Amino acid sequence: MELLEFARGPAMNVAMTVFIFGVVWRLVALLALPYRGIKSRPREGVIPEGEISSGFKGVVRRMWPYPTFVKAALFSTVNGYVFHIGLAIIVFGFGPHILFFKNLIGLSWGNLPNNLVYAVGVLTVGSLVAALVHRLVDLPKRLISTFNDYFSWLVTFAPVVTGLLASAHLGARYETLLAVHILSIALFLIWFPFGKLMHSFLFAFSRGVTGIRMKHRGAQI
Amino acid sequence: MSDDATLGDMLAKRGVSRRAFLKYAAYTASIMALPATSTKVIAQALAKARRQSVIWLSFQECTGCTESLTRSFSPTLEDLIFDFISLDYHHTLQAVSGDAAENARHTAMAENKGKYIVVVDGSVPIKDDGIYSTIAGMTNLDMLNETVKDAFAVVSVGTCAAFGGIPRAKPNPTGAVAISEIIKDKPLINISGCPPIPEAITGTLSYVLSFGKIPELDHLGRPKAFFGETIHDRCYRRPFYERGMFAKSFDDEGARNGWCLYELGCKGPVAYNTCATLKWNGGTSFPIQSGHGCLGCSEPDFWDMGGFYKPLSTSLGSVGTAAAAAAAAGAIVGAGSAMLARRHQENYLKDLADKDEEI
Repeated sequence: MELLEFARGPAMNVAMTVFIFGVVWRLVALLALPYRGIKSRPREGVIPEGEISSGFKGVVRRMWPYPTFVKAALFSTVNGYVFHIGLAIIVFGFGPHILFFKNLIGLSWGNLPNNLVYAVGVLTVGSLVAALVHRLVDLPKRLISTFNDYFSWLVTFAPVVTGLLASAHLGARYETLLAVHILSIALFLIWFPFGKLMHSFLFAFSRGVTGIRMKHRGAQI
Repeated sequence: MSDDATLGDMLAKRGVSRRAFLKYAAYTASIMALPATSTKVIAQALAKARRQSVIWLSFQECTGCTESLTRSFSPTLEDLIFDFISLDYHHTLQAVSGDAAENARHTAMAENKGKYIVVVDGSVPIKDDGIYSTIAGMTNLDMLNETVKDAFAVVSVGTCAAFGGIPRAKPNPTGAVAISEIIKDKPLINISGCPPIPEAITGTLSYVLSFGKIPELDHLGRPKAFFGETIHDRCYRRPFYERGMFAKSFDDEGARNGWCLYELGCKGPVAYNTCATLKWNGGTSFPIQSGHGCLGCSEPDFWDMGGFYKPLSTSLGSVGTAAAAAAAAGAIVGAGSAMLARRHQENYLKDLADKDEEI
């Protein structure tokens, strides 16, 4: 069996199966836990507000740091937006990727020019490298970083780089690069539910709950 | 015509001008991506060349490769057969049959021992001792081994000979294999394609005649001059790919405007061949220009590459059932995890309550 055939067939199918299994497992395990509410009295003077509203505010408010922390967190925040938006453009805006989704779920949408996606890809690679360097240079970040952080970075970085190499036919024959690109995505999908990449789903829950608790205690959301 | 006569003598006798001969040499050098100085070398070498004995074996094939060769634009078949090579054995083209045909093969082998070229089109069945294809009472396997034994080189013409081709497609009932899987001790050139580009066949043979050696090959044994780049790299529709402009169906506006056929399953990005540059029928057109995506016919196992109309970026097979099972299993395991966590929580709270009572 050729490498490309293996990548497009068994490797990708197994990876998607593991991805679905893992994501459903983690979400059900989390959402099926009982919500016991907050037993303490709300802080005096706090205007009663629904938990959904507080939770939603918590999600939205944390999209930008508090003024006090803007200076310290500016690079991580802006750089985070750059590679997250970059990844979204690459994954959902590139024609061949849309075909992948169409084949999988039957839905498709308009694609962006390939050259634009390549440019975004280069920017995203730069941004991801900057994120890694920042993590290594910043002492507190480096101290709290674990294998999970570095491996999650690697499996995110690899598909972007291999995709760009495949587009440019750099380093090997196109079919080999394409196979390596697909295999790197397979690795991404397998790792996704069990590592920090799961924040794609969990960030809303964690921010929401934090928002509710903070409001209850009278803190500014 | 004497076999001792050189090609130059023969051409002079036929009234072919030196200018026309040089033109052909330049054309050959050009399509083989050789430097301009090679024109002189080719012209001189070919002029001195004596007729090359060629034995053409056809096994599990459809005769499409011979059809392709007979439509060679330059040099013409007439040039090739009567001027360049001595085609001593070819099932389809030879006039004789039966024992006379087999005698011609044996005579050519004996008279040109160690010098003749064996051209093979078609795969060889090896299952059940190769009984699925026989010629003159011999299995293809036996005939190949017998003929190649004293050959100078072997040229596998067409994807069936080069990689097994359609006979080898799943489930491969005859156990078809490529020539390279049988012949290990001779120089071997693969000229793949279903059929191969005629100029790739004749150009390669001309190179061997001119330089007395095989041209530079890729990792699949194909001449790099013809198989060095993908169809996609040289496709005139490539700018549409870069702009993200794809035909969605064979009769939509995109198709009419000549947009990229990637979404319709074109395998150009993974097909190494020269269709987009040399084209077919004297440079008239090629499949993509005619509105259909490339099938990747010059690549191994192209028949089993997941469907001609399935885009390259899609996964092969279906994960529908597996995905549903995975989701169900995930939900069950997740619910089990949550149940254990609940029990743990309740026990913890109960312990706390008990401790409070004790205090």
